[in-house]
Amino acid sequence: MDGMSFSEFGSVLIMQGFNGLSVFSVLLLMALGLAIIFGQMGVINMAHGEFLTIGAYTTYLLSVLSTQYAPWFENYYFIAAIIVGFGVAFVIGWLVEWLMIRHLYKRPLDSLLATWGLSLIMQQTFRSTFGPKEVSATLPSWLMGSYQPKEGIDIPLNGLFVMALTLALTCAVAALMYYSRWGLKVRATVQNRAMAGAVGIDTAKVDRMTFALGCGIAGVAGAAFTTIGSTGPTAGSLYIVDTFLVVVFGGAQSLLGTIASAFSIAQTNSTLEFFMTGSMAKVITLTTIIGILLLRPEGLFRLRVRK
Amino acid sequence: MLEVRDFTVSYGESEVVHQVGFEAGEGEILAVMGRNGMGKSTLFKSLIGILPSRGGSVKLCGQDLAGLPSHERVRKGLAYVPQGRMVFPALTVMENVLTGLRNRKDSVPEEIFSLFPIIRDMANRKAGNLSGGQQQQLVIARALVTNPKVLLLDEPTEGIQPSIIKDLARLLVEIKKLRGLTIVVSEQVLSFALDVADRLLVIERGHIVDQMTRANADSATLGRYLSV
Repeated sequence: MDGMSFSEFGSVLIMQGFNGLSVFSVLLLMALGLAIIFGQMGVINMAHGEFLTIGAYTTYLLSVLSTQYAPWFENYYFIAAIIVGFGVAFVIGWLVEWLMIRHLYKRPLDSLLATWGLSLIMQQTFRSTFGPKEVSATLPSWLMGSYQPKEGIDIPLNGLFVMALTLALTCAVAALMYYSRWGLKVRATVQNRAMAGAVGIDTAKVDRMTFALGCGIAGVAGAAFTTIGSTGPTAGSLYIVDTFLVVVFGGAQSLLGTIASAFSIAQTNSTLEFFMTGSMAKVITLTTIIGILLLRPEGLFRLRVRK
Repeated sequence: MLEVRDFTVSYGESEVVHQVGFEAGEGEILAVMGRNGMGKSTLFKSLIGILPSRGGSVKLCGQDLAGLPSHERVRKGLAYVPQGRMVFPALTVMENVLTGLRNRKDSVPEEIFSLFPIIRDMANRKAGNLSGGQQQQLVIARALVTNPKVLLLDEPTEGIQPSIIKDLARLLVEIKKLRGLTIVVSEQVLSFALDVADRLLVIERGHIVDQMTRANADSATLGRYLSV
């Protein structure tokens, strides 16, 4: 790093920081869905990454379709892709819960194995349908280019957009969880399933909706992912480990914890990556997390209440 | 109102409640007396559908509830206040009450606030941080907002100060009068049962062994059933 002036160094830090924010956005969206499913229902959904892939392929398909059949739509398809990606992942999640997960609530280890198997099936389905090669959605023109607040600093517009999307979705999920009657039913079911049923809550329906919602959010993460990477059959599974890390590190039942932990993991990784190799950065991030988890086994944030 | 016939509950192979049968009429408070481990809680859990029953029928206003999941029993007019109260500890007091409402647009009736002033006074406190007596009021309110015809109360006096037990007895009688509610309450505290109940049943080892109206209730006999 010889010959680098202090201001250049600052610019690099800022740009890496924004780079980290894109990763943070995808991680947070993934973790949000996973935290809802894992934290609230105790199901470890190993196939969660594949729901990201579903959202990413949906975006790709819409991109291809709009280029071929409706060029006027090319500039707007991405907005539609976010909604359709959510919808497709939501519906598939709903079906998966109904066909498989609901039979496994009392067997956490089996659900781990079963969802892992599901993830392999889904990956192979993607491979057979879209081929093993990675594909990319064409970004609409308004997402290309960058914002230059000052000489030497380039902030990509797609990163900014993904971040805004993530913020909006996180707020929407928080509002749904903490201010709606449906969210109240979810929180009651989490705390005492038997009792929730005995005050009149249809817990089976709550579970199905919760699982589907978590998957739908992963679908949106998939749409967001297409702006920063290209989509292959295993695109989502590359994120699953990091996502679990975010959920466990943040404390499984705390939304605020999930946000803080996604942010710190993405930023640490992305900043360190500039100074050393990618795998060294990962080693340092992981070691730090393990250290902190040893001291705070319940994660960054936890609920304190008399039991 | 509530008609239970040949009701049998078992954990695996061991039968805990044996062909129990009783009726509770409209506006009646029925106390189910018995020592620990005699099957009171098992009976109640199974009536609300938390535990499966092995045989028999539970009829509420003529509709059979056996085999239905808990939430459908609640919709048909049964409500349950468990032993140990079981508030949702991390939800606020108000949120706990709201869980009993079925539809998004329903609101808590004013009557509930006047019966249980603490719900308004402590609306934003976490339910887990309330005292036992306060939690007991909260869970009764949570059960009442479902508009039940029959309320099941499992050992409401457990872990509650003696002075508050008196208030609780008054409250139950008031609720019964106000709503014409049928209340089935399991109890070990004889004085409390004699304060509230119109009729008493005695359960021993999963069988109903005795029953009497309050007018005929004989504390000496009942005391013998309850002493260890």
